[in-house]
Amino acid sequence: MTSNAPASPTADRARPASGGPQEVADRVTWIGALDPGLRNFDVILKTANGTTYNSYVVRGSAGVAVIDTVKQAFTADFLAKLEAVARYDEITTLVLNHLEPDHTGAVPEFLRRAPHVHIYVSPRGVQVLRALLKDEFDRYQVTVVETGDTVSLGDRTLRFLTTPYVHWPDTQCTYLQEQNLLFTCDLLGCHYCDDRLFNDKVGDFRFSFEYYFDHIMRPFKRYVAQALDLIEPLEIDMIAPGHGPVLRAHPQEYIRHYRRLITKRLASETGAQKTLLIFYVSAYGATAQMAGAVYEGAAESGDVCVSLFDLQDGDVTPLIDLIEEADGLAFGTPTINGDAVRTVWDLLSSLVDIETKGKLGAAFGSYGWTGEAVGMVEARMQGLKMRVPEPGLRIKMHPSAPELEECRDFGRRLAAHLAGRPMEREIDMSALLAR
Amino acid sequence: MATAKLTFTDVALTVNVPSGTRIIEISEKIGSGITYGCREGECGTCITHIIEGQDNLSDPSALELRVLKDNLAGRNDRLACQCQVLEGTVKVRPG
Repeated sequence: MTSNAPASPTADRARPASGGPQEVADRVTWIGALDPGLRNFDVILKTANGTTYNSYVVRGSAGVAVIDTVKQAFTADFLAKLEAVARYDEITTLVLNHLEPDHTGAVPEFLRRAPHVHIYVSPRGVQVLRALLKDEFDRYQVTVVETGDTVSLGDRTLRFLTTPYVHWPDTQCTYLQEQNLLFTCDLLGCHYCDDRLFNDKVGDFRFSFEYYFDHIMRPFKRYVAQALDLIEPLEIDMIAPGHGPVLRAHPQEYIRHYRRLITKRLASETGAQKTLLIFYVSAYGATAQMAGAVYEGAAESGDVCVSLFDLQDGDVTPLIDLIEEADGLAFGTPTINGDAVRTVWDLLSSLVDIETKGKLGAAFGSYGWTGEAVGMVEARMQGLKMRVPEPGLRIKMHPSAPELEECRDFGRRLAAHLAGRPMEREIDMSALLAR
Repeated sequence: MATAKLTFTDVALTVNVPSGTRIIEISEKIGSGITYGCREGECGTCITHIIEGQDNLSDPSALELRVLKDNLAGRNDRLACQCQVLEGTVKVRPG
């Protein structure tokens, strides 16, 4: 008898659970967890077939190390795998390459069972470890390690590489010297769940690798570059990340691909010239007039490359690449119902995927009654770690000729900041009371 | 009241401030790129580079010293949410 009932979603999602630990190299064993049912990660990432939380055991002649753990919900699974390959009393070392909860969820329970282990973390990792262990922190032996520091397991040696901001301040990598094996935690990882574990067995996961880079690593490109500078000189036969497949087939290709992903695909035609992008939305044409005048003023000196974009009806997605390379951003928005308009917010909220720290920001706009939008956009830009050196420019209704000249002056001052020739100003603190 | 000059080079602005003013009281209002997290001296987000006038700032507390060390801050870096400008001229930029 056949049934027309739809298949259970749960059944669709289910994959065979990993039966136990898997050897990934001589005396190196995967003891992680599969999470095939996960559909989004940290709210921001879609995970169409789930993810893995990878943890590893390295066995040396004079010690056993555990490299990272798993999300708390998978603690029992993790400990069962661990106990299948090592006794607690022979585990000497716990390396925490990254302290985010999906890698440290099992740490408290593991430490209760193996309180004698020596924990190795990065300088910034120790801060998070302190918060994770609370009052129990002082019970444990914790050593802060930096690039070049090593831990001996007898005939195996772990060497640390301090690689901050890939993608937390605490991140580090650990290199198993004798086997050219690099444990990278989130770096070079991806959210892709398959119990066949190895990159040459799990099928085509490239989409997931790049998607993960775009949303996790892209805002930290310059730190990825610093990490690659440390990693590229190493002999590497295998990369063991904290999520997704273990990269045992042509691992260097993944490192080269990361280098490609952080490198500009087409050299900018603006060269070393500073760039200012002016974006605007206009309801009645007043903010558009302001934008045009800001553009004229900023372009006047010729030493800054200024571009003007109308966001009306536009998809903001293509603008992210443009903004990533720009030195300055100015947003023109009217105030409607006491707020900036939605397209401007869409673009500003999309900037979380790129690094905006230190870029110059500015806001301007026409308004009818209240004019809050300019201040709101300025606050958002400051939240994006941008500098906003010129107080926003607001004009009630359509700009007059003198007001358009104010807009040109505003543009001139923005260009001067970008070109490194700002007019130095001095004020008293009392002038700030109204801000 | 004793005053000091506090210059934020990333926005080319000098503010005349009363002695004892913390950088955090000024930087956001003038659009400097110094950013804040906890605002209580624990997270290290507001590490700020002191270009000039290190000696014109209040001494760091034990907490600030620990946070600076944990965050691998340089010799001329301070936490903008903690240090106070006491006198003379101080020039800063985001760390």
